[in-house]
Amino acid sequence: MSNTLRPYLSAVRSTVTAAMCLENFSSQVVERHNKPEVEARVSSEVLLTPVVISRNENEKVLIEGSINSLRISIKVKQADEIERILCHKFTRFLMLRAESFFILRRKPVEGYDISFLVTNHHTETMYKHKLVDFIIQFMEEVDKEISEMKLSLNARARIVAESYLQQFS
Amino acid sequence: MTSPEVHQLVWGRPISCHAFNKDRTQVAICPNDNTVEIYQRNGSGWELTETLTGHDQLVTSIDWAPETNRIVTCSQDRNAYVWTWNPTEGKWGHSLVHLRINRAATYVRWSPKENKFAVASGARLISICYFEEENNWWGSKHIKKPIKSTILSLDWHPDNILLVAGSTDMKTRVFSAYIKGVDGKASNPVWGDKLPLHTLCGEFDNDGWVHSVAFSPSGNYVAWSSHNSVVSLASGPNNPVITIPTNALPIVSIIFASETSIIGVGHDCVPFLFAQRGGQWELVGKLDQGQKKSVAANSAFRVFQQMDSRAQQTNQDVELNTTHQNTITSVRPYAGYPDNVTKFSTSGVDGKLVIWDVLASGVAGLRI
Repeated sequence: MSNTLRPYLSAVRSTVTAAMCLENFSSQVVERHNKPEVEARVSSEVLLTPVVISRNENEKVLIEGSINSLRISIKVKQADEIERILCHKFTRFLMLRAESFFILRRKPVEGYDISFLVTNHHTETMYKHKLVDFIIQFMEEVDKEISEMKLSLNARARIVAESYLQQFS
Repeated sequence: MTSPEVHQLVWGRPISCHAFNKDRTQVAICPNDNTVEIYQRNGSGWELTETLTGHDQLVTSIDWAPETNRIVTCSQDRNAYVWTWNPTEGKWGHSLVHLRINRAATYVRWSPKENKFAVASGARLISICYFEEENNWWGSKHIKKPIKSTILSLDWHPDNILLVAGSTDMKTRVFSAYIKGVDGKASNPVWGDKLPLHTLCGEFDNDGWVHSVAFSPSGNYVAWSSHNSVVSLASGPNNPVITIPTNALPIVSIIFASETSIIGVGHDCVPFLFAQRGGQWELVGKLDQGQKKSVAANSAFRVFQQMDSRAQQTNQDVELNTTHQNTITSVRPYAGYPDNVTKFSTSGVDGKLVIWDVLASGVAGLRI
């Protein structure tokens, strides 16, 4: 694990912890509605200034807070074409199953690979600090997962190429 | 009795608000839905005696008038009900309040004399409600200007006229809630001489949403907590605002424990004590010392591994080291109200109702 990951993750952790101070807030625009303000974007005063934390140009996190919801968008490291394809497939696989992940958003925010939407209902039914842990753990695992997949893909490609070329030897 | 007294009234659900009756034998809570549950003190525990149904959506606030023994509840369905105990039928009956609002009601408080109450709402106004004898219903008058956004909290001045409101437009405002025919002469040496309804007696800017407001027992100070984790005080419309910065997460509910001390609770899951010491307002400390847990099972290697890989400073237990396991959403005085609160109660997202003893909470060197 490289050295810059730790300050990056701890910056994300403290920002998410601070942004996860949510409360039940009924819409002040639409009668009897209660929707995530960060998605509805109809009352500007209940939105917080979005924060971008970036480790380098390829890896960054966008944290958008509001009074009753919080959106965390992650751009996963994609160094080459293979990683780009793998990341796309991987995040798509997860987002197709977004219901099972509760806080996962079905579509990522423009410019990011995967987004989470945490509302006050999530912080009411789950431990707040464990939600933060989950997001940090996800960020950490997704890199690992993709590099592992890349390794096994390369290994497999090598085996396939070898066995294919053997017939000409 | 051990302090703090912890009562897990509901499991897996938040208590969105709570209110005790006068002798503290009954408590009304909302278990984060459209009902209000009334619990009766039963030895050291609580027993569910009645469920008040009538609201359609989440009940956002409850207040129990101690002397007249009436409960007022308000909800996101835009309504408020006044519940009165019917001794012949042995149950609570309710009457609708004519709030005339078209957005969620967010907060309700009885006035000190219990002849009116104020309902805050997402319709950017405050309804001051009083009983109209000729119509036999609870009517209301509105305070609209200059509120720009949802009101999150209210508190009454002890003189029954003035009202402080905190809102998401990052302002704290002191209004006059004088109702002709209900109130007598209205005048206040600190906040203004002439106080007809709608008078804006003070307006204070903040850098965050104002979550909670409170008048001091004398009514000379007004305190509020805002989303930038600051607790502020003002002693009049033109005097400079005193700010107490904290390095904690935002505080969402505050009460005055005495003229010189404030208790605040919030997203940090512990109550904080603020006090005026030597002429200066400051954060004294946490009123929850937490349980000590054995951490011997965690090897040093594991601790450093977690610090390295997850940026985690603490061990990976699910439970927090505090009495409340999640955000505390409300704090109310329990004993010694108004000017010498010795006990207070808190309820939070973890479904716990906790009764704290200020002195037994063990703040080292606590001298107020």
